[in-house]
Amino acid sequence: MKAALGAVRRSFQPWADPAAKPFITFRGVTKRFGQFVAVDNQTLEIFEREFHALLGPSGCGKTTLLRMLAGFETPSEGDILLEDKPLAGVPPHRRPVNMMFQSYALFPHMSVEANVAFGLKQDKLPKSEIGDRVADVLKLVKMEAFARRKPDQLSGGQRQRVALARAIAKRPKVLLLDEPLGALDKKLREETQFELINLQETLGLTFVIVTHDQEEAMTMADRISVMDHGRIVQVASPAEIYERPKSRYVADFIGSVNIFEAEVDNVTPERIHLATTDGFDVACDADIAAAKGQTVWFAVRPEKVRISHAAPADAGINAVAGEVWDIAYFGDMTLFNVRLDSGRIVRASAMNAARIVEQPITWEDRVWLSWSADAGVVLLD
Amino acid sequence: MMRRFTAFNLVSIVLGFAFLYLPIVLLVIYSFNASRLVTVWGGFSTKWYASLLENEAILDAAWVTLRVGLVSATIATVLGTMGAVALVRRGRFFGRTLFTGMIMAPLVMPEVITGLSLLLLFVAVDFDRGFWTVTIAHISFSMCFVAVVVQSRLVTFDRSLEEAALDLGATPLRAFVQVTLPNIFPAVAAGWMLAFTLSLDDLVIASFTTGPGATTLPMKIYSQVRLGVTPEINAVCTILVALVTLGVLTATIATKARAFSPQAEAR
Repeated sequence: MKAALGAVRRSFQPWADPAAKPFITFRGVTKRFGQFVAVDNQTLEIFEREFHALLGPSGCGKTTLLRMLAGFETPSEGDILLEDKPLAGVPPHRRPVNMMFQSYALFPHMSVEANVAFGLKQDKLPKSEIGDRVADVLKLVKMEAFARRKPDQLSGGQRQRVALARAIAKRPKVLLLDEPLGALDKKLREETQFELINLQETLGLTFVIVTHDQEEAMTMADRISVMDHGRIVQVASPAEIYERPKSRYVADFIGSVNIFEAEVDNVTPERIHLATTDGFDVACDADIAAAKGQTVWFAVRPEKVRISHAAPADAGINAVAGEVWDIAYFGDMTLFNVRLDSGRIVRASAMNAARIVEQPITWEDRVWLSWSADAGVVLLD
Repeated sequence: MMRRFTAFNLVSIVLGFAFLYLPIVLLVIYSFNASRLVTVWGGFSTKWYASLLENEAILDAAWVTLRVGLVSATIATVLGTMGAVALVRRGRFFGRTLFTGMIMAPLVMPEVITGLSLLLLFVAVDFDRGFWTVTIAHISFSMCFVAVVVQSRLVTFDRSLEEAALDLGATPLRAFVQVTLPNIFPAVAAGWMLAFTLSLDDLVIASFTTGPGATTLPMKIYSQVRLGVTPEINAVCTILVALVTLGVLTATIATKARAFSPQAEAR
């Protein structure tokens, strides 16, 4: 088996197939609100049955992108295509996409049943069919016992389910979810994440979800678009985003990371050799084009840094000594903050695989941090 | 924290309510006066209510008032609601602040000026004065009150409800009728009640814009009082007070019932 990034290997990868046709295409889309540019000339392809997450901090343009797809905002420039047909000029009520709103937007004057039936009634379906389909989706989200209640008689989690049922009742081609789990507490959010994945697989729908929660995006999505100030900075699978970020912004936004500024010392076909400004040398697997003398950044995740009292065999490279500055014990793992001689704090984490440790690392110990050649990445930006 | 109910509070409340309601209570009591003299009590009687039923002039005026009220309140509610929706929903369009200000202005405009300007307009376009001129005049000022009441409700109305309706395939009109309107209905109903009440008791504007055969009840009462107060007038006024009270109570109970029943069931 070929070595793969991360621990998960997925068989669903239409974006890797050059012959695959995208289902949704954003082509050079720009959206301006007065002087403010919310989305800046972005192109993005989303494939059929994909679970795609738009991830970024608030104000990065992710919700605007979603609302343009739903038809609530009109792009200032560019096209949005669904199955190769441009959506420009199609009003929201004629688009085959449905949205689950962040506030759920349940109609307060209608029962759960009537809320779910609302979309089907607009299509003038026969009464018996509406009844059957409402019963089906309510069963799917396990809300059949609450059909006659009003939204204000439901808990937050139940409302979320009704909003979901209402959005999927029309069997849309694309389901848009705007921060679907934002209003739920942590435990409920984790349960619901898996339910959403199962639902997406059962229904075979294309999901586009907007979230600012990186964990949520990592758990659920097939691919993630990381956004920053109206631009998509990287589109890739969760494992690739985590293990091979393209920029310091992405590396820092997702998970925890140590970043060192460095100068390229030497480039061989297999390795890039770097000299960091913190005074140690790095040899990293070469998967990026860098020229000698260029300023780059070296990023390595805390869990890929080994911490030990003894110096590693080849202490001149991919290793640095420091003093233990702080320790956070989480039970399953321990996080060490190590202060290098340059003054920089580096994070290293270790799994607590054994209950009893002979020589535990403690505050003010002199320790070595080391990593292998494939542990870190070189970032140009 | 519970505040102590002091003697001072009690006196304030009694005096306050007395100031507000004593005249009305007196009016109601004297409407049951058997004596012809308004200020001398001559025993209990309902004869003035009976004679009222035979007073065609007053009955005609009451009928005109009621028709003007119903028609003008209904049209004012439709127009005022449309105006409020346009001002709140259309986002920022050129001159929006000006329009918002202009919708508020008639609320503080002296009635004499409103009445006079409408009269000048009707004369200028050579409109026969009568039922319709009074109705149009009432629409034009009560519409602003409806717009203000509905506007304040729309501002707090969650826009995404309407978007959800559109998203689920409802046309903009159906989204408004099926989702927005039921949710702002208490405000629309309150606006209608307000417009109806304003039309019912308007004297100044109606006097300016009326014509032959369109005398409203306030005008009739005012002209009769100038000739001397009769207990019959007291009886008419008592009926009016009763009608308005009934309307306000119904509106209050209806909105309260709407707001509280679901929670009461859930908890």
